[in-house]
Amino acid sequence: MPNEKKLDFASEIRKALHMALKADPNLVLMGLGVNDPKGVFGTTTNLAQEFGSIRVLETPTSENAVTGIGVGLAVTGHPTVMVHQRLDFFLLAMDQLVNSAAKWHYMYGGQSSVPITIRLITGRGWGQGPTHSQNLHAWFTHIPGLKVVMPAFANEARALLAASIADPNPVIFLEDRWCHVQQVDVATLDDSKVIELGKASIETEGSDLTVVAAGFSAVESLRAILFLRDHGISAELVNLRSLKPLDTETIYKSVQKTGKLLVVDSGPEISSFAGEIISLVSTNQFSYLKSAPSTITAPDVPEPTSYGVTGEFKFSAETIARRIVEITGVGGLGIDFSKLRNAPHDVPNSTFTGPF
Amino acid sequence: MTPAKESLVQLYELSMRIRLVEERIAADYPKGEMRCPVHLSIGQEIVSAAVGLNQLSIDTAVSSHRAHAHYLAKGGNLYRMIAEILGKSTGCCKGRGGSMHLIDLEKGFLGSSAIVGNSIPVGVGSAFSHKLDNSGALSFVFFGDGATEEGSFYESVNFAAVNQLPVVFVCENNLYSVYTDLAARQPKDRAIFEMVNAMGIKSLRIDSFDPIACLEKITEAISDARTNRTPLFLEIPTYRWLEHCGPFDDDALNYRPAGELASFMEQDPVEKLHSELVSTLGVDKGEIESLLRSITDDISHAFNTAKNDPFPTLSESMVDTYA
Repeated sequence: MPNEKKLDFASEIRKALHMALKADPNLVLMGLGVNDPKGVFGTTTNLAQEFGSIRVLETPTSENAVTGIGVGLAVTGHPTVMVHQRLDFFLLAMDQLVNSAAKWHYMYGGQSSVPITIRLITGRGWGQGPTHSQNLHAWFTHIPGLKVVMPAFANEARALLAASIADPNPVIFLEDRWCHVQQVDVATLDDSKVIELGKASIETEGSDLTVVAAGFSAVESLRAILFLRDHGISAELVNLRSLKPLDTETIYKSVQKTGKLLVVDSGPEISSFAGEIISLVSTNQFSYLKSAPSTITAPDVPEPTSYGVTGEFKFSAETIARRIVEITGVGGLGIDFSKLRNAPHDVPNSTFTGPF
Repeated sequence: MTPAKESLVQLYELSMRIRLVEERIAADYPKGEMRCPVHLSIGQEIVSAAVGLNQLSIDTAVSSHRAHAHYLAKGGNLYRMIAEILGKSTGCCKGRGGSMHLIDLEKGFLGSSAIVGNSIPVGVGSAFSHKLDNSGALSFVFFGDGATEEGSFYESVNFAAVNQLPVVFVCENNLYSVYTDLAARQPKDRAIFEMVNAMGIKSLRIDSFDPIACLEKITEAISDARTNRTPLFLEIPTYRWLEHCGPFDDDALNYRPAGELASFMEQDPVEKLHSELVSTLGVDKGEIESLLRSITDDISHAFNTAKNDPFPTLSESMVDTYA
């Protein structure tokens, strides 16, 4: 739980929902668990008490229909936020997402738009295994008509969710479960801050290498970059915030400066979003590249559950730091990378004790 | 209560409007100007017309791939529909949707979907809006018997039942999903409407082959749903005369028992209604001819105008992916 001076990412998500429900009396929030005792990892706690259990609606376990019902609400004057405690369950809703929500505005001649935001929480660690930890952000970017947002840090979570809810289009809002425990100093928060979808953030400036990442990959990348800074390596982090629309301008400017690119992507390597970024940079900024661009992705294998192997299966800040050193060719000797390791490896920090 | 003569004339007029539009589409289709799949409702018109007479302008409706009849019965603009089927920029979707995707927001027709069962939850979402808005409107959801085999159907019925939404599900049971008989798809002794009743929604089976009783029962059921603000499910047995998709008769494929089509054509509810109007109710033949002439004029005007409209340009078709 956050202390008085700090708030966590999950509280910031709740804050965005609270503000949106308060500001727009037509807004509906629905999903399995929005009004249960755990409140979707604390992100919806007590909202039904304040806004009523019709606007903050518990739903049947019917991912596909509930998505279509959200479309029906949205096209008739009720913008809707939906939430799924794991992305993997939402795979049952691909028909409504792809054939209804994504097509609606275009297919009906631009007369009717679908303001829905679909929060999907992605699992990591604690044995989430093959069907509770899939990183499918690249899929969603492949569908014309969808926007794809992926917050990383607690200080951007509220504003990015607010921008998604305010957007007149269907937005897939991907929350890494481990991002929920990211903390931010309350004193630094500005609840009126607006972040435009499609604008990346330079989290830390650097001159030797550009690292592009989103979601928890950006969190781990930042940890690696800050660690290496003490060893004389200057890497720049482009935190994408949204994959679609994509802020190519910020990526290109950074690559023009550093000449080297590493994309860190939690999705499996084949047809990954990392591949898309490498393609864009190689096609459009080839002359600026001083070395071949590089990616860190998940292997093209379903994620196993066993604690015995998950430590090596998922990349971490240590993997990222080692790769940065390899690409930049700066330093390396005498760096104790083990300082970046989480112990144990399957939790984001000591506050996390499962079960999911 | 037996419907008034005026209501029966309206039922006939709307049914014939649908039939004559569909017949004109079928007649023109071989010319190759309508270059998209068309699923015609010839034989099934009474259902849309009887429901349509009970729809208010504040009501909303969604439909399936076989949507022309539902769109027209809700008051959808005929010319914009024909232009859409012809792929013209003046079409109701600017030529992006074709026959299977129709919309007329002014009339509350929210959309229709080519994917079986896809628009059912959208219609339930619209009913949820009507409840939140306390608007008094009903949401009408049209689909066929095939859609009752989709997960989205069960999920939507359950959601409407648990939240008591003002939705009217209209299932036109024409016995076939494309060429596959209901008997191969659903257990013999299970009636669709009984199953839905067991799921917690008031459900009725209303025969469409007796047009007057059909209108009477539909009117009563929808009136109750409007008063009670509760969900309603109507299973309406009907029969498709033409092929699943396209303008022709597909009886030669032999997926239907020999003589079945002919026996249903003999029971044509529109023809029955016509003879009832003329023989029993004493409606003047001249009045009917004048109604039909007016419909034919509307259709000719829609086709003639739409045919001369431009196609959308490529640049016009590259916008609107996002609002």
